[in-house]
Amino acid sequence: MGAGPAGMSAAVAAADGGLRVLLLDEQPQPGGQIYRNVGAGCAAPKWLGKDYAAGSQLVDALARSGVTVQSGAAVWRVDGGPRVVWSQNGLSRVTTAPYVLLASGAQERPVPFPGWTLPGVMTAGAAQILMKTAGMLPKDAVLAGSGPLLYLVAAQMIDAGCPPKALVETQTHGMLLRALPHLPKALFSPDMLMKGLGLIGKIRAAGVPRYKGASGFAATGDGSGMVNFSFRCKGKLQNLKCTLLLTHQGVTPSTHMSRAAGIKHEWNAAQHAFQPICDIWGATDRPGLYVAGDGAVINGASAASATGKLAALDILRASGRISADARNQRATTSLSALFRARAIRPFLDAAYQPPAEILSPPDQTIVCRCEEVTARAIRQGISEGANGHRQIKTSLRAGMGPCQGRMCDATVRGILSAGKASRMGGIDPPRARAPIKPITLGELAALSPQSEDTA
Amino acid sequence: MTIVARFQPPPDTGATAEFEYEGAAITAPLGISLAAALLAHSGAFTRQTAGGDTRTAFCMMGVCFDCLVEVDGVPNTQACMTSVRQGMVVRRQIGLRRLNGCSDS
Repeated sequence: MGAGPAGMSAAVAAADGGLRVLLLDEQPQPGGQIYRNVGAGCAAPKWLGKDYAAGSQLVDALARSGVTVQSGAAVWRVDGGPRVVWSQNGLSRVTTAPYVLLASGAQERPVPFPGWTLPGVMTAGAAQILMKTAGMLPKDAVLAGSGPLLYLVAAQMIDAGCPPKALVETQTHGMLLRALPHLPKALFSPDMLMKGLGLIGKIRAAGVPRYKGASGFAATGDGSGMVNFSFRCKGKLQNLKCTLLLTHQGVTPSTHMSRAAGIKHEWNAAQHAFQPICDIWGATDRPGLYVAGDGAVINGASAASATGKLAALDILRASGRISADARNQRATTSLSALFRARAIRPFLDAAYQPPAEILSPPDQTIVCRCEEVTARAIRQGISEGANGHRQIKTSLRAGMGPCQGRMCDATVRGILSAGKASRMGGIDPPRARAPIKPITLGELAALSPQSEDTA
Repeated sequence: MTIVARFQPPPDTGATAEFEYEGAAITAPLGISLAAALLAHSGAFTRQTAGGDTRTAFCMMGVCFDCLVEVDGVPNTQACMTSVRQGMVVRRQIGLRRLNGCSDS
């Protein structure tokens, strides 16, 4: 499931090994978010960069592989067995297979602050998707937050001729100092380091104003659609007027599918997120269920591609196609690629950690965008005895809207554990239940025993 | 009142689709998502929450559900997961969907 770098690499490797493979993906084209639209038939604009263009190799390999690709397919249930229920064009189907690989990828960490629900405030990733899929370039946009993607989007905007009005960075000198001990290890990822330095150099050369160590984000609208963005920087209150405010504070694994499938999860303190527990091959505690890519742990696209291949090799071993020795032998390239991609991660995790006020935002902030639940209401709920996601959900409906907590789980957790950072992982991850995407009763009713097929 | 556009218009790629949004005729490149087409058309809100707050597409990847609109009479449609189609009739989703399946008479 999932046609990003992990899913595509795994599908191609499994098909090469002689397995029948079905690849389900929610988007209209394979590529995932990172290589979104790369195979759509038109040459990618130069400003998206060579790393983006490289995605077309994976898409082409997939097209040649004999893998059955179902696009526009939303998986809404995964059971042990394994059994997958998915919906496409309003009809649901059930597929059983001895091995299922979840490659659900990542989502941007929510960046809640007063005004983040206004039209005109979007995620930096959303703007990048618009650039990739529609060639739409942001106008007079301010980029705010921190993390590699923020720099990448800024550099792509500069190359496309629509540089950001300003970069408002939550990163402080303290974070950078705490990241420094991880720098020697990061030298094993020279490509990534050089790429990062190149992006920052480009932003500097373009003369984009940068505000570092910024805090106290707030946005208001003025009726004409303009966004007034205010924040504190170096003790001073700053105001920027823009048509678009793009925020980003790193990415987290998308775990609705893996949690709903009953896979055990653990707290990753460095990345401030829950992730499914798996071995180096992506095998989980649920027989036949594997995870790979950023949905297992955030390591980026090249690691995702490597873990997809590793999972496919182990599935080939488990299904008796190759021996364990052959698996290990064929895994060496992917293992070393994975090592190189992972080496920079501790540095990035420390340098771009989310600030406390994003994890636990001010009272008037809407935390649950669907049900319009504020941070104040959640704090009130906690003072009345709520001590976990479930009570917050049942008493306030936070997480009960159509996004099913994808936009608020992290913030509810942040508020629950505010001031007790060591407890972040001590609270159980919220339950995720099928259907993990909203579906119509018609899609449910259309299910019949005849609609079951085997991959 | 015209709301400021937040994006430069999508480049002309040849084939286009014409559809209706809140009574207005919109032309958009074929292949782009409805959410992209609506953002290119105007920076104004495309849905109103039950509490009266105004929203529009936020994540563009199917996670947030803030781009919900009514397409050809079907409410709760994710505009970011829907490609533009010739002749589609799109309306803002105001408040929660009605349980009879229609958001208006």
